[in-house]
Amino acid sequence: MKFIHYLEKTSGVDIYGLVSLGIFVLFFAIMLTWVFRADKKKMKEISRIPLN
Amino acid sequence: MQVEKFYYDNKIVKAFSYATVIFAVVGMLAGLWVAIQFYAPAASLNLAATTFGRLRPVHTNAIIFAFVGNCIFTGVYYSLQRLCKARMFSDKLSWIHFWGWQAIIAAAAITLLMGYTTGKEYAELEWPIDIAITLVWVVFGINMFGTILKRREKHLYVAIWFYIATWVTVAMLHIVNSLEIPVSIFKSYSWYAGVQDALVQWWYGHNAVAFFLTTPILGLMYYFLPKAANRPVYSYRLSIIHFWALIFIYIWAGPHHLLYTSLPDWAQSLGTVFSIMLIAPSWGGMLNGLFTLRGAWDKVREDPVLKFMVVAVTCYGMATFEGPLLSLKSVNAISHFTDWTIAHVHIGGLGWNGFMAFAMLYYLIPRMWGTNLYSKKLATNHFWMGTIGIILYAVPLYWAGFTQSIMWKSFTPEGQLKFQFLETVTNIIPMYITRSVGGALYLTGALLMAYNLYKTIRQGKFIANEEAEAAPLLKEIKPGKEYWHRILERKPVAMLVLSLIVVAIGGLLELVPTFLVKSNIPTIASVKPYTPLELQGRDIYVREGCYTCHSQMIRPFRDEVARYGEYSKAGEFVYDHPFQWGSKRTGPDLAREGGKYPDSWHYNHMYDPRSMSPGSIMPQYVWLLDNKLDTSSTAAKIRAMKTLGVPYPEGYDAIANHDLMRQADSIAGNLKKDKIETAGNVEIVALIAYLQRIGRDIKAETPPTPKGESGSVSLNQKSKQ
Repeated sequence: MKFIHYLEKTSGVDIYGLVSLGIFVLFFAIMLTWVFRADKKKMKEISRIPLN
Repeated sequence: MQVEKFYYDNKIVKAFSYATVIFAVVGMLAGLWVAIQFYAPAASLNLAATTFGRLRPVHTNAIIFAFVGNCIFTGVYYSLQRLCKARMFSDKLSWIHFWGWQAIIAAAAITLLMGYTTGKEYAELEWPIDIAITLVWVVFGINMFGTILKRREKHLYVAIWFYIATWVTVAMLHIVNSLEIPVSIFKSYSWYAGVQDALVQWWYGHNAVAFFLTTPILGLMYYFLPKAANRPVYSYRLSIIHFWALIFIYIWAGPHHLLYTSLPDWAQSLGTVFSIMLIAPSWGGMLNGLFTLRGAWDKVREDPVLKFMVVAVTCYGMATFEGPLLSLKSVNAISHFTDWTIAHVHIGGLGWNGFMAFAMLYYLIPRMWGTNLYSKKLATNHFWMGTIGIILYAVPLYWAGFTQSIMWKSFTPEGQLKFQFLETVTNIIPMYITRSVGGALYLTGALLMAYNLYKTIRQGKFIANEEAEAAPLLKEIKPGKEYWHRILERKPVAMLVLSLIVVAIGGLLELVPTFLVKSNIPTIASVKPYTPLELQGRDIYVREGCYTCHSQMIRPFRDEVARYGEYSKAGEFVYDHPFQWGSKRTGPDLAREGGKYPDSWHYNHMYDPRSMSPGSIMPQYVWLLDNKLDTSSTAAKIRAMKTLGVPYPEGYDAIANHDLMRQADSIAGNLKKDKIETAGNVEIVALIAYLQRIGRDIKAETPPTPKGESGSVSLNQKSKQ
């Protein structure tokens, strides 16, 4: 017997790869857009919380 | 606006900080003890409780859950109150949490020394303790969220996100990996078997490092580093990216612990890819920490707290750079199963976790006692002893790992393996000695700290309730268009849910296909369930922690196939609850041990390993020769295995002991032929039965037909046969 072709034998497994890639790209795209659109002054204020 | 007056609870912080110091010393002592056993096997004292296989889990569990665990709680209880400008939600819950956690530690130490273990690394504790951990963790969660909800500070500072992500992910990991079926009060079998068990275990194991040893400590870094340097973190933006990228990517990287094993290739590749990506957020975080000190490096020269933090953050950077490198298959082929891994984790453990804990204690204790540190000089000495200790610990082990791996893989020009396994071990003994010197130095430094802190406490006066004031949070005026993350920062529950979704995605996408593949995993017709005696023997193998030194996973390399035999196949492990692939080869691999030596060899070898292989560093297992085998558990074990899908015939549990005794007597008969007189019902006989079974089934396989399919049947079909 051969121990190969695991994935080919599982029906519909390709959807996992596609979904993973999609989630990955979306996740970072959304996070980075939001982070860089952030208000600089507010950021500075929050970063001082431990010192207050 | 009316300012409210309230008090921070320092008493609970004090309790956790004492526990941190005590368990630092206890955990390190256990570590030093096992380190000495590498070159002085007699240090096992020939007692079951103090042999390497039982003491090593005590060391790892004590360091991770007792030392670092208490350190996390110290830091969280101190910083969360101040970041939220509120006292902890409930003093009662705080103390239930404290005493509950210490009780779990005590129970863990006792049960591990007695040999009650699930046999899964860093999750060795048996099911009643697993349940207790879950309950205490929930208490901690309620207390933490209660505090966050009654806070007087609008925004959740980045450290709190790290605490939230830690809480939710550890809960998820602990529950999923601890699914097991109880056989008795202190014995259970993992719900999963073989490949699936391995994947779940290392998904857990890797993320225990990520979400117990990393994210909470990063939270502490984001609080205590700006505090100690008296300046805000270098880039708050970077900390947001650090957080989300880290928790999103980390959860996928587990399979890098299983490269070249029988785990499906796609899962291995996924682990590698995400591990490489981890460099980015990890280094982002490290640089964020170090850059916070820009323009303040003169303070580092003066302040021991900052000294410890700089080395801690640097070690974090080194370990998180090395980790991805070790996840490359070509590097892993050399490093895996060697001391390289041990060196790697100790850069993280001693450098990152240890030094962050020390820095935090040196910062907290003088402040909570309203005094200055007793001696800066002692603390600086501690710093240097610790730093040199880390180097003396890690460098010899890197050397040992690399040397041994190269020796394993060496062939003579005639094509024979150049070295016996034992030669590769005796060759690196000097490195083991140096490593223990490094560890001892590090431990001495910690004792110095304990003394310094004790003197500090003696000269100060404890402030049990620290006064503070802040304005209460006003009811939200309907916000206009607002930046999303700030909305999130004000909604801790949304933060919790989002963190859970982010970490669950990785887990699901990785675990589910492997479980779907189950129906397709090429099960091997000749692989049969263990006989009752072998099953009992396997449980003894798990109990004695054999997996801490012996792997059962032959990787498809020329040298491993030449040394051990045919490489391991996924289908061979379908009845292994739990899997016992191991992660370190202090001794040789045992995946094809069955039939290699006569029964009498194993008997003598267990009695005194050096009588069979001179120079061996394996401990003696003398008690196995006398201990009566507990056959009263056989029926329950067979029933549990049947529940898990192991195809024993109906009603087999009732007659299992009959088969067990027949096989035991036959082994006793074999031993007698070699002039060894023993009863059949002793533990050694069961262990021999198991050792002689490992890896043999596949050899009985029928030759493949041209289509290559008839040699295998699916698990379902097989159970019907």
